[in-house]
Amino acid sequence: MSDEDLLSDNEEERRSAAARMFDIRRVIGGLFVVYGVIVTLVGAFDGSAAIDKAQGVRINLWAGLAMLTVGLLFLLWQWLSPADAPEPTGSSGEDVENGGGDASVR
Amino acid sequence: MREGDGVDGGLRLDLNWLDYVLLTLYFVTVLGVGFAARRAIRTSVDFFLSGRSLPAWVTGLAFVSANLGALEIIGMAANGAQYGIMTTHYYWVGAVPAMVFLGIVMMPFYYGSKVRSVPEYLRLRFNRPTHLLNALSFAVAQVLIAGVNLYALALVLDALLGWPLWISIIAGAAIVLTYISIGGLTSAIYNEVLQFFVILAGLIPITVIGLVKVGGINGLFDKVRDSDLGEAGLHAWANTGSSDNPLGAHWLGIVFGLGFVLSFGYWTTNFAEVQRALSARNMSAARRTPLIAAYPKLFIPLVTIIPGMIAVVTVQGLGADEGDLVYNNAIPLLMRDLLPNGVLGIAVTGLMASFMAGMAANVSGFNTVFTYDIWQTYVRKERSDEYYIRVGRIATVGGIVVGIGTAFIAAGFSNIMNYIQALFSVFNAPLFATFIVGMFWKRMTAAAGFWSLLSGTVVALATYLLYLGGALPFDTDLEESFWGAGLAFVTVLVAAFVISKFTAPKPENELRGLVRGLGGIDLKGDVVAGDAAWYRSPLLLGGIALALSLLFYIPVW
Repeated sequence: MSDEDLLSDNEEERRSAAARMFDIRRVIGGLFVVYGVIVTLVGAFDGSAAIDKAQGVRINLWAGLAMLTVGLLFLLWQWLSPADAPEPTGSSGEDVENGGGDASVR
Repeated sequence: MREGDGVDGGLRLDLNWLDYVLLTLYFVTVLGVGFAARRAIRTSVDFFLSGRSLPAWVTGLAFVSANLGALEIIGMAANGAQYGIMTTHYYWVGAVPAMVFLGIVMMPFYYGSKVRSVPEYLRLRFNRPTHLLNALSFAVAQVLIAGVNLYALALVLDALLGWPLWISIIAGAAIVLTYISIGGLTSAIYNEVLQFFVILAGLIPITVIGLVKVGGINGLFDKVRDSDLGEAGLHAWANTGSSDNPLGAHWLGIVFGLGFVLSFGYWTTNFAEVQRALSARNMSAARRTPLIAAYPKLFIPLVTIIPGMIAVVTVQGLGADEGDLVYNNAIPLLMRDLLPNGVLGIAVTGLMASFMAGMAANVSGFNTVFTYDIWQTYVRKERSDEYYIRVGRIATVGGIVVGIGTAFIAAGFSNIMNYIQALFSVFNAPLFATFIVGMFWKRMTAAAGFWSLLSGTVVALATYLLYLGGALPFDTDLEESFWGAGLAFVTVLVAAFVISKFTAPKPENELRGLVRGLGGIDLKGDVVAGDAAWYRSPLLLGGIALALSLLFYIPVW
């Protein structure tokens, strides 16, 4: 491939994936909400052995609530500002949206 | 004493079904990301560079996560236990300035020239021999390091969970193989972002409970003062006028050896890192990638070095030459002593995630360089795009199979991680020197590019081999790597200058967009709405990161 090809190819290929990409915020949010719920429940029923091991800190409870909060924040973020890459509204509109959304896609 | 509890079981952790549920959930999610990312792959650029479509916060966290591998977490906690606060140099001098430099100064050339890899830049700037030399050495180094990551993962799982080495090696390899060969770089990057948060979720509880145990940060410092490490373990720069400090390093060595040559070499020319920025969606996001990564990097010492120091004052006998109480086990020992089931499962998951993050970065860097820079450039040109995606998938399998092989070779050496790290830094220093001259001096010729890179590598390698053979009496591995890198750097500068005087430079129109001062780079051409906001200014982001790295030193001067 010559260098000229390389440049023009890249320009055409740019962003072709963006419209089809799923949102990682949903994955992080989902996993942390599940982790948060499980670990919080564990923490709520922790016996004295577990609490003593953690130097008297109810670490499962606190860590669980913290993870739950982080997870919910990610989901909230995604809900408030959905993918700010080109909108995933289907393949037909990709080019138009790229052209419109980004002042000048070279 | 609680510390005695685990003696009979060694390092073995007491995981219950719940911890395994948490672990399983994670790996199901990781594989799910791989399969979901597959839908987004239509072109080779989608597979190798995520279609250059990712937002800066994603590439930035992946950038930091690609470095947050096994060596980093286990190794930096071990250094924290052994050297104390001086270990922060690996972050505040040894990483942040280079990341800022990459984002502000170098990224416009990388991203603006539309190269798909670091070796490809060398082909455009110099010539094909330079390109091939770098592509081959990078590919070999990545596979070797992937093997070491795999072996380290297996060692930890053997110690913590009692899994046989070969099962861990093959299971770890299979998971990374699956999600990268299916989902390409998007899958690697998305998983790195996920890993970043899981790793933190595992490390933060260790740090918090550890600090409670020693009576907060003041209690920790008091106890370190009374330990073998002593007052010296609480200062970053004290007594660096000589080598009479825990690290045994002079401030000149810290600033120029670690902070300049080694760190700039690693952060600015290592494609496993730079690739994350190349997958960003535009110039602004690419430049912000290492700058956003610099912020977590500033704070990571809190969850690596602090636990290391906690371990040295709470685990009696830590620092043994062999056995369970070696410094490398600082974090696993704290997990054993402090974490109840639940957060324990999260911490084990985080640790496994960090091994995979490191290995996935190596593998995804390798398959891109192998496909674009070796196969497409020198073996099979002008094939269809689908053909190269297929080559990329096969290269992923091949790289991992060879990685498994090197993991078993690594098992034969006691201290392989030090060697690989030293060798790798030795390859990076001459590469960085070649880059920095080539990017800033348009007169540097193509021949000078090849011969200076080769001679720098040979000098660095010779220094290392002579040290191993006993001919060069350096005190520590660290001192050797400072000197080897420094000598390689100077060799490249001299060779580049001398050879350029006697050979013809490339015409300036071929160097536009590749060399500073010739124009050809459009910093604003692809901006999206919001990129003009003041808080997205690379200069501002970089400046604040640098200022923080200086400020953080003040309390631990």
